[in-house]
Amino acid sequence: MTGSLSPKWTGLACLVALVFFPWFATPFWIVQIGAQTMILGIIALSLVWLAGYGGMVSMAQLVTAGLASYVVAYFGVQSDPALGFRLPWGLNIVLAIAAGTAFGIAVGLIAVRCFGIYMIMITLAIAVGFFYLARQNMGFFNAYNGFHGIRAPTLLGLSLRDPIPFYYLCLLCGISLFGFVVAAARTPLGLALQGIRDNPRRMQSLGYNVAVHRVVAFGIAGFIAAIGGVLRVWYAGSVSPGSVGVGSSISILMIAILGGMTHPIGAFVGALLFNLIQNFAIDFIDRERFNTMIGIILLAIILFMPSGLVGLVDRLRQDDRRGDRPPRQTAPNASQQSPKIKEGNHP
Amino acid sequence: MEADIRFFLTVTLNGLTLAALYFLVASGFTLVFGLMRVLNLAHGVVYLFGAYVGFDVMEATGSWTLAIIVGGIAGAVFGLLVHVAILSWMPGQELRQTLATIAVSVIAADLMIAKWGGLSYQIEIPDILFGSQTLPLVGRYPIFRLALLGFAVGVGFLLWLMLNRTRLGMMIRAGVDDRDMLAAMGTNVPAVFIAVATLGAFLAGVAGVIGGSALAISPGEDTRVLLSSLVVVIVGGLGSVGGAALGAILVGLAEQYGLAYTPTYGVVYTFAIMVAVLAMRPQGLFGARA
Repeated sequence: MTGSLSPKWTGLACLVALVFFPWFATPFWIVQIGAQTMILGIIALSLVWLAGYGGMVSMAQLVTAGLASYVVAYFGVQSDPALGFRLPWGLNIVLAIAAGTAFGIAVGLIAVRCFGIYMIMITLAIAVGFFYLARQNMGFFNAYNGFHGIRAPTLLGLSLRDPIPFYYLCLLCGISLFGFVVAAARTPLGLALQGIRDNPRRMQSLGYNVAVHRVVAFGIAGFIAAIGGVLRVWYAGSVSPGSVGVGSSISILMIAILGGMTHPIGAFVGALLFNLIQNFAIDFIDRERFNTMIGIILLAIILFMPSGLVGLVDRLRQDDRRGDRPPRQTAPNASQQSPKIKEGNHP
Repeated sequence: MEADIRFFLTVTLNGLTLAALYFLVASGFTLVFGLMRVLNLAHGVVYLFGAYVGFDVMEATGSWTLAIIVGGIAGAVFGLLVHVAILSWMPGQELRQTLATIAVSVIAADLMIAKWGGLSYQIEIPDILFGSQTLPLVGRYPIFRLALLGFAVGVGFLLWLMLNRTRLGMMIRAGVDDRDMLAAMGTNVPAVFIAVATLGAFLAGVAGVIGGSALAISPGEDTRVLLSSLVVVIVGGLGSVGGAALGAILVGLAEQYGLAYTPTYGVVYTFAIMVAVLAMRPQGLFGARA
């Protein structure tokens, strides 16, 4: 590692690269890789926010985004005029983000009484249940068929459906939300949340309302995921039970694990890697066996680099003794067990 | 009016037989969790693997009993492998273990699609359990489903005997309450873990063959089974076999009544139960407070 690898300069270089990227890239790279990475990264960001700062691993982030997608479709323009209810332009987006936030809060209210592994179970159950509800319900979700022909709007004569505007829209959302999460982590709320992650009982006795903080964190995560969901439905053009399946929920978790949950940037690093694997794996392996490969990669990362790629970079930087911030040792899995069962002897 | 009652009773019986299946799957899941604190999300895949192997054995030999035994053993071997090769490397790190089981289930589900394809199979029911039986009030009802009910009760009874009357059961119960103390008393806790992981996976494999006969085997069944197990143990209380039984009955009945009376909202009832239980007793109906 060279001496110039300070986070500030690396960040700036990445930002410049991201802004000028469409100048050189083909539409495939701009949309399939660029925009999709941002969208997946935003949804994964909501999980990293919850897990990294709150110590709460939620499997329901993708369905939160999915609900926002459904709201955009139901209250907006799509291919079948007999379905849904058309609101004036823009209202459906506002409604979608509100619905996602509300859903996040609702999930939080259900899950907040549980810690650690119990929370995974409950949020996973919510995610699976949402999928079955979407598949069975005709009235709102249009069951198996879902909604099709959803298009990104045209704004001031600029069609957001075109690759480059859409890429910049996703980039703008991604960077804003990234900044939002980094800033939120430094607010009193964010700091209290990290305190709760590390020791809920102590925070409780200091007078913090643990449950309220955690529910608010879920609400913020719902808000982030909902924006991801709006972009995702514009990207895909359709939403159906298949897009809120358990496989997709697991993909979001995979992205967060690949990138690492110790820093919000992990969400985007993980999304990029996941997306590249997804798009280029067919060159090495039969497309049908994509899941096997991604599963093996995931397993390898869980076994050998428990804090993901970001953790690896952090570790390298610490070895370099150039780390200009305190070492992070707050992987979410270090926090929520009672001390008596912490006997890790990982490789 | 009489038809209504008959319909209601049939639906109730359907709910109970579904509960029997859920109990078979969830009892292993809850035991493994109670003892090891490992949330084994590969449980659904073990179920499906047992079902597929059972189907192949049935096709090859025509013996349903053999299918059940081999399906159970296949599940047990799979569960044992996952435990020894992956989970035992990270003891105490619950979250990592859970994530690892997710990775395992993704790989296994995909490999099973490679091997058995996306078709839906059904395991043939043996002649002795085929056909239907006339019951008072209900009318004709499939014998196989009644047998399933009896089988689940039998398994539940055996589990109860094992847990309450044998040395292994004593160790398991002690381990659920306090693992460290059990180890301090000189018990080989890792060996008990292996025994329970194998037993839990065996039950899942057996349940797979039975589920594959009563319903169908297809990709995606693993998720459905995993969901029901999750809800059953959340409702019943983690680590409690009695809780799994009660949870299975509640969920099975809710699902069938929901399906029969308000078809599109069947899932919602399951969740209403889960939310209600969580709101009043977060540790589950029979769960000990953590």
